[in-house]
Amino acid sequence: MTHPSETVLALKVEDMHKRFGEVEVLKGVHLDAAVGDVISLLGASGSGKSTLLRCINLLETPDSGTVSVHGETIGMTTDKTGQPVPSDMSQVIRLRSRLGMVFQSFNLWQHMTVLENVTEALVQVLKMSKPDALDRARATLDKVGMFDRQDYYPAHISGGQQQRAAIARALAMEPEVMLFDEPTSALDPELVGEVLKVMRALADEGRTMIVVTHEIGFARDVSNKVIFLHEGAIESQGAPAQMFGNPESERFRQFLSNALH
Amino acid sequence: MDSVWEYRGLLLQGTIVTVQLALASLALSVLLGLIGASAKLATNTTSRGVANAYTTLVRGVPDLVLMMLLFYGGQQIVNDLGSATGLWDYVEINQFIAGVWSIGFVFGAYMTETFRGAILAIPRGQIEAGISCGMAPLLIFRRITWPQMVRHALPSFTNNWLVLIKATALVSVIGLHDLVWNASTAGRSVREPFTFMFAVLIIYLILTACSDVGLRWLDRRYNVGVDRA
Repeated sequence: MTHPSETVLALKVEDMHKRFGEVEVLKGVHLDAAVGDVISLLGASGSGKSTLLRCINLLETPDSGTVSVHGETIGMTTDKTGQPVPSDMSQVIRLRSRLGMVFQSFNLWQHMTVLENVTEALVQVLKMSKPDALDRARATLDKVGMFDRQDYYPAHISGGQQQRAAIARALAMEPEVMLFDEPTSALDPELVGEVLKVMRALADEGRTMIVVTHEIGFARDVSNKVIFLHEGAIESQGAPAQMFGNPESERFRQFLSNALH
Repeated sequence: MDSVWEYRGLLLQGTIVTVQLALASLALSVLLGLIGASAKLATNTTSRGVANAYTTLVRGVPDLVLMMLLFYGGQQIVNDLGSATGLWDYVEINQFIAGVWSIGFVFGAYMTETFRGAILAIPRGQIEAGISCGMAPLLIFRRITWPQMVRHALPSFTNNWLVLIKATALVSVIGLHDLVWNASTAGRSVREPFTFMFAVLIIYLILTACSDVGLRWLDRRYNVGVDRA
């Protein structure tokens, strides 16, 4: 266990199904992320890419399928009405702290400063001492270029700054995998670049990342694997050079031409 | 005014009873309000039904009617129960306790609505950010929901509190020796009811002004990080 071999995946999703009422949003999705992988999830809206991400850290409970974080599978069972539920909530809570989540709408806690947002879970969840948490939080904020904004409240900084602070909040937990749910979609166009730059830097230092995005450029230049979802199933996947250079799937070709024009 | 000064001890005693009654009722109403709000927001249909019945009943009936019902009715139920089981003889419910129960019960319904609205005003993403950081439900309530919900609840809470202080005057009809009861008794005995009621007016104004200062402080404390329009 102390020497995780090459074959242990940072994240493994097997045969994930999810329906909202009549609509089947995920129809048996598989996903493997090795350590250091940067995977871009592309797809039209309603293709299930955000749901897939939210099922990975159980913000949504999948109807069936398994999620494993670094070889540890989240145990699931059914409650008395037959609904799927985690069999051990404390395991879910523990594993969530190892999956950093970055949201489309930042979701920084409004009543805390940037610095407090980052130290909160370090102190309350990871049980770090206050000085250690402050040190780590400041170092992480420095990394995303937010050191000099650490005492601001979220309402007083720009969207791009909020998103960089939110990335720092997730990153400071030193997660196995960072999950990004359309991190630039709520930003004004001129603020997208600063967030993508931070994400690119994280990819360069070998972070395992799963990124739901509409940024074709990011998918092509930064990720080492691209997955295209269509109506809840993986339509096509592969290395970006192959996916973008010579798209096999007609649907993906269409998606690209819509996205680029 | 000399007579008011002469009876200052009685008025002070009454004021203390009024303040104690108001604070104890407030504590009960906040507790009932938190329970009611969580019941209304629960997925369980039974708990939602009970909470809805509670707020509908209380908000649709005059406070005075409910208080008298709770006071006399409660007294009767306790004694009927005693004679039916033979466990106890006639008991008289302590008027202070009865006052706290009835005011707390009535204002618990208003607090339920206050807290329900305040919780709904917090964007879902605030909670989801806590969940995805690996925070447990109680921790999320304590560190994220509560501080933000207090901010949303304060304006309506302030209103409830001011109405609650004034509603304590109603308990003088069930014979509790509060400020109003003491003042009207003293006023009648020296045949100066107007003077004494005027003193009561001043004392109530002082009480509400004092709480205004406290509430302003709370408002500042829970509004950090928010732009005021």
